[in-house]
Amino acid sequence: MKRQGSVMVFIEQEDGQIKDVSFELLTKARDLASELKEKVSAFVMGEKVSGLADEIAAHGADLIYTIEDKELKYYRTLPYFHAAKKAIREENPQIVLFGATLIGRDLAPHVASYFYTGLTADCTELQIGEEKMLYQIRPAFGGNIRATIVTPDYAPQMATVREGVMKKGEPVKGRKAEVRPLKVSIPAEVAGLTAILHRERKEKTINLKGAEVIVAGGMGLGSAEGFALVKELAKVLGAEVGATRAAVDAGWAEADRQIGQTGTTVRPKLYFAVGISGAIQHRAGMEESFKIVAVNTDPEAPIFDIADYKIVGDYKTVLPELIAAYKKLQQ
Amino acid sequence: MEYKIVVLVKQVPDTHNISGDVMKEDGTINRPALPAIFNPEDLNALEMALEIKDKTPGTKITALTMGPPSASEVLRQCLYRGADQVFLLSDIKFAGSDTWATAYTLAAAVKKIVPDADLILAGRQAIDGDTAQVGPQVAEKAGVNQVTYAEEILELEKRSVTLRRLIEGGIEEVKVSLPAMITVVDTANRPRPAEVRRMMKYKKALSRLDFASALKTHLEYKDEEELERDLKKKGLLIPVVCADDLEVDLRKLGLFGSPTKVKKIENVVLKKEETVELTPDSKGAERLISDLRRAKILG
Repeated sequence: MKRQGSVMVFIEQEDGQIKDVSFELLTKARDLASELKEKVSAFVMGEKVSGLADEIAAHGADLIYTIEDKELKYYRTLPYFHAAKKAIREENPQIVLFGATLIGRDLAPHVASYFYTGLTADCTELQIGEEKMLYQIRPAFGGNIRATIVTPDYAPQMATVREGVMKKGEPVKGRKAEVRPLKVSIPAEVAGLTAILHRERKEKTINLKGAEVIVAGGMGLGSAEGFALVKELAKVLGAEVGATRAAVDAGWAEADRQIGQTGTTVRPKLYFAVGISGAIQHRAGMEESFKIVAVNTDPEAPIFDIADYKIVGDYKTVLPELIAAYKKLQQ
Repeated sequence: MEYKIVVLVKQVPDTHNISGDVMKEDGTINRPALPAIFNPEDLNALEMALEIKDKTPGTKITALTMGPPSASEVLRQCLYRGADQVFLLSDIKFAGSDTWATAYTLAAAVKKIVPDADLILAGRQAIDGDTAQVGPQVAEKAGVNQVTYAEEILELEKRSVTLRRLIEGGIEEVKVSLPAMITVVDTANRPRPAEVRRMMKYKKALSRLDFASALKTHLEYKDEEELERDLKKKGLLIPVVCADDLEVDLRKLGLFGSPTKVKKIENVVLKKEETVELTPDSKGAERLISDLRRAKILG
């Protein structure tokens, strides 16, 4: 199959605020496009979005489709699908990337279904492989294996990527792009299918992405009381508390603290993995941390394979020792 | 007021409770290490359907699953909890489907079995792939309204439902015109357990794909025909739907019809070049803290 056309990115915005994941995707799209010797295109939609073009250009887009309509003020599947369909048709790209946000994971499959093409969710790596195919790499089976997925015979090749997985490049101020406003009329019968009655944002108190130090706990802690020691170390270090999916499922930590393929992806300066065996599902969310300290009783735990510091021992003695050492050396 | 509800359910390997290695040495999936369970969020979807039925007598719940013959177990689980009818989509032609081909097949089955469905419910995602794609793709293929991440139905009206759903960092309430495909999250509800009386009855429910093995234990039946007649009479026959029963393009089914292909599967082994091993005592702890402070990682 002949593959040609740009690498296209869905730019997700709300109230004029572009999501970080969109910038991360633009950075990745630049790499992929230069390898393919193609352009980076982008599409952005909302009630008022034309003012965002410079920012999108600065992050790497060569061509930007803007779609403005009052029906696109807040995300609803079918009006957004209507506009996305038009932009993708117009551009006819070889690759389309979406952030694996709640919106991206709602919109991208609807689009892929319509175009009869493949879509790979939550990719952790994207590469150009043989025959210029997009290699879409993701953990599978609860993260215990890593699969490379391709869409050889259908176009465009589509993938979603979680926020924080790809690196966001530095914007280039004044970088120019061609801006093409698209006129999309959203039929009343489509716009009327879903009405938003009320929206409410909860104040975010947990900030894993912004944390420089994270202390995370897993099933090896054995109980909520055990998990409390993790919280204590975090408090002493001024760190944020993270958890594995199992620890969240066990009720030891809030869902917002989950780190891993289906939780948050983090890359702090320092990551403590306490009582975490290190299933790839979890590692996918933290392995890019600058320094990793792992504490586990099992010397063979896979977490040690990616650890900079390995401590084989019972967390019940190790964590108090760490707290004591930190306090002592601070004086 | 009553609704026709379809619930899409899936039998999945229990990826959260894996005993042993997922991959065998030859690189194939080690099935016995992965016990099969009812996909958790599909149980939340079934519960949402049952709650609607509790409020609107006359509502009819149809559960569908696509899978191998053994997937009839999740359909029996639906019957135990109160589903009115169940169907097993099973055909070698469906094997190897990716999310696109799965949604194509499921949407065709919904159209065939409950053409006037008001609501199609499913879990947000299945724990074997975590893609969350099949729900939205069924919506597109069935040509119905789409709402994901539903937490609670707030109001039921003849041609619409009002519900609360998750958005990034919060919630929203939406009024949704029917028919609609709705995916349900695990915080939606607490699925009810199987009802004992229904369990006693439906544990004997079988699809014809189970007959050969059932005859070995149920010696009272002379052949498959007799078993089928008896099950039918008692309302215990789980109908099997195959490709020929559906209005589908055979080229769009299964592995062949799937736009995505698996290029490679591997057990990842990540190794740090250098790992410093520290003793689990005060000496090790002090060494770590001073290393990290020297590197200006800790203050």
